[in-house]
Amino acid sequence: MALLNSSRRLGLSLRSVATPAAARCSSWWSNVEMGPPDAILGVTEAFKRDTNPNKINLGVGAYRDDNGKPFVLPSVRTAEKELVEAMMDKEYAGITGLPDFCTMAANLALGEGNRWVQDGLNVTTQCISGTGSLRVGAEFFSKFFTGPKVVWLPTPTWGNHIPIFKHAGMEVQHYRYYDPSTCGFDFEGAMQDIAKMPERSLIMLHACAHNPTGVDPRPEQWKEMSSLIHKKNIFPYFDMAYQGFASGDCERDAQAVRQFLNDGHCIALSQSFAKNMGLYGERAGAFSLICSDKEEAARVMSQVKILIRPMYSNPPIHGARIVSKILGTPALKQQWLGDVKLMADRIIGMRTKLRDGLAREGSTRNWQHITDQIGMFCFTGMKPDQVGRLTSEFSVYLTKDGRISMAGVTSGNVDYLAHAMHQVTK
Amino acid sequence: MSIFSNVQTAPPIEVFALTRAYNADQNPKKVNLGVGAYRTDEGKPWVLPVVRKLEAQLAADETLNHEYLPVLGLDAFSKAAVHMLLGTDCPAVIDNRALGVQSLSGTGALFVGAKFLQKILGYDTYYYSAPTWGNHKLIFDTAGFKQGRAYRYWDPATKNIDFEGMCEDLRNAPENSVIILHACAHNPTGCDPTDAQWKQIAEIMRERKLFPFFDSAYQGFASGDLDKDARTVRYFAKEGFELFCSQSFSKNFGLYNERTGNLTVVMKDAELAAAVLSQLTLVVRATYSNPPAHGARVVAATLTNKDLFAEWQDHIRVMSSRIIQMREALRDRLVKLGTPGTWDHITRQIGMFSFTGLTPQQCEYLGNEHHIYLLRSGRANMAGLNTNNIDYVASAIHDAVTKFPAA
Repeated sequence: MALLNSSRRLGLSLRSVATPAAARCSSWWSNVEMGPPDAILGVTEAFKRDTNPNKINLGVGAYRDDNGKPFVLPSVRTAEKELVEAMMDKEYAGITGLPDFCTMAANLALGEGNRWVQDGLNVTTQCISGTGSLRVGAEFFSKFFTGPKVVWLPTPTWGNHIPIFKHAGMEVQHYRYYDPSTCGFDFEGAMQDIAKMPERSLIMLHACAHNPTGVDPRPEQWKEMSSLIHKKNIFPYFDMAYQGFASGDCERDAQAVRQFLNDGHCIALSQSFAKNMGLYGERAGAFSLICSDKEEAARVMSQVKILIRPMYSNPPIHGARIVSKILGTPALKQQWLGDVKLMADRIIGMRTKLRDGLAREGSTRNWQHITDQIGMFCFTGMKPDQVGRLTSEFSVYLTKDGRISMAGVTSGNVDYLAHAMHQVTK
Repeated sequence: MSIFSNVQTAPPIEVFALTRAYNADQNPKKVNLGVGAYRTDEGKPWVLPVVRKLEAQLAADETLNHEYLPVLGLDAFSKAAVHMLLGTDCPAVIDNRALGVQSLSGTGALFVGAKFLQKILGYDTYYYSAPTWGNHKLIFDTAGFKQGRAYRYWDPATKNIDFEGMCEDLRNAPENSVIILHACAHNPTGCDPTDAQWKQIAEIMRERKLFPFFDSAYQGFASGDLDKDARTVRYFAKEGFELFCSQSFSKNFGLYNERTGNLTVVMKDAELAAAVLSQLTLVVRATYSNPPAHGARVVAATLTNKDLFAEWQDHIRVMSSRIIQMREALRDRLVKLGTPGTWDHITRQIGMFSFTGLTPQQCEYLGNEHHIYLLRSGRANMAGLNTNNIDYVASAIHDAVTKFPAA
């Protein structure tokens, strides 16, 4: 350690003494350009450096309790302890992971006893959380999709959608989604853009709690979208990262997915258990394709395995075992449904408090969207300069697009936040 | 008309198909010498006691949560993994020129490394040993490399390395070719170059400007000695090479299904680290965002605690010595039975696998007739042998070799 520190003080010279051959040779890496910094990470880093005791981090994409602390779900703690007692082995899972996990994940999304899982029409594989699931999906579409190798993403969408699909060799196009003038859903714009898409296109839909806006279509709007998408023979790919976490009700949050299936679409679905089970770092997720028959499902499954094998061979088991334990044990599943409702309710409660707080501060702006929107994030409608002031004057940290993570809002800081937001927007 | 109508059934992956066949087999004498996982003398998987202990601790620790790891993984884990591989006295480590990126086990490290080399450095040619681990080609081809070429390695006539052939092939490799090298316990042959041969390989690679990508899946597991099993990678690092090394903790920690691995990057210039890490970050982010925490926590805790580390070193000595014993036992029995051919290679080889030299026909016969499952290449998992089945396996091999003499 001492050698390391002193070499830093003396600059290069000590390094050259230590490794004469290495110091001046041309490296293989000299042409490597610095990659763009991650915008969201930048927010957190700036937050960490701030010494203001009132600082608030609204960039965080993970749930926090009312004390601003990470929350390990009680059902998860119980499941983990039971798993330890079960003394299971650590043998390789198959390429597609734990079979139980896959079945239960599919049933959670599509409904207990749903006919697609019962008839074996689903190809479901465990994946490395939502990202890994999307990457497997993107690779599959890139290789096998007979429509245009383009994915249509809503504007805006989760930032990582674009590199995931591009790395898989797909092009990316956008359809209108968020209406900044209402801070709501641009239904007309979306329908017009869908109508203009070529037949057999691939469309990405956020199943619930749209990231980053929190704006979801209403049930009757989903019905119309389903009908138009069906008419145009467009393939729907659902990204569901917040089932249960959005409204507090797993069945309700899966309605769009189930609507489309009932309307006769064959869909692709990516699921994440990062938020709804708080299993962020354990990377538990699933990718599903609904096929028209068992024989097709078998062919598709064989190809999905080939896609996964070179990336990581087989998935990590710890998180998936926790999910399986919870979903497969009635008492634990009940407890989990309560845990997830607790998280959703706290967030919904904070939305209400924030909106009320702004009214109390005397804001004359329409802040209805704060309670109309749903899930982790809220697109406040604030402009970059207002966001800048929020940060520099009030130590409130959020991304430039005005997105706040409701998970960072607590009963302890909501009044301060309302005050700050009013100051920069009045 | 379904969008999937033209999707063909993909060929099954042999090693998994073998396990399926073994599992379906009802014969009580069946033996699985296929997939590379350690087995005890009772033929059972072994969760290392230190791992069980730590998992119980982790589950009971109310201060721990499941928050996202950074994109490049658990820092304590990567640092410990790099130190374990290179040694803390390695100049690259001292100079901060050795970086670690937590990965999805060995496969994940190979994939991320290969993607970086292809996408960011623009390399398009890679070399793999003939034979090599079945997934190497798929990984590099998927990562976008245009040309995959074999370098001569296994000589079936001598049941040893065709060193002259290997050197010639490396000498003919174009500049900037990525050469996949097995750090120790070559999979599938179990045959490693000698230290003197590695020196020569290094010189050729330096002269021809070839990039070393080591695959280290068996550090500690091969000889029981972490330093010994890492000596080749350390040699290359000390010699000033820039290199990648994928590390797997599947075997040496028995953490197979937790996908715990590390990509070690050795660079000449520490100033370039930030740029390289930022590009690796982008590859990871678009593939799986960030790695799983559980396995990394177990390994980090073990490697950074004196007592746990000592306990773990005991475990790897247990595993490696049992395998070495089984190699000796098998060889002795074949010699005693007078089985045609020479069998010294079994004890000369090291690690999980032996390239037995059995032909595909003999292997198929072993499966169908004797319910002993191994790859058609003749690769046998020595950890699948135990005191209960060694006699049975030896007689069965004797039977297969005498019934179907190799041409």
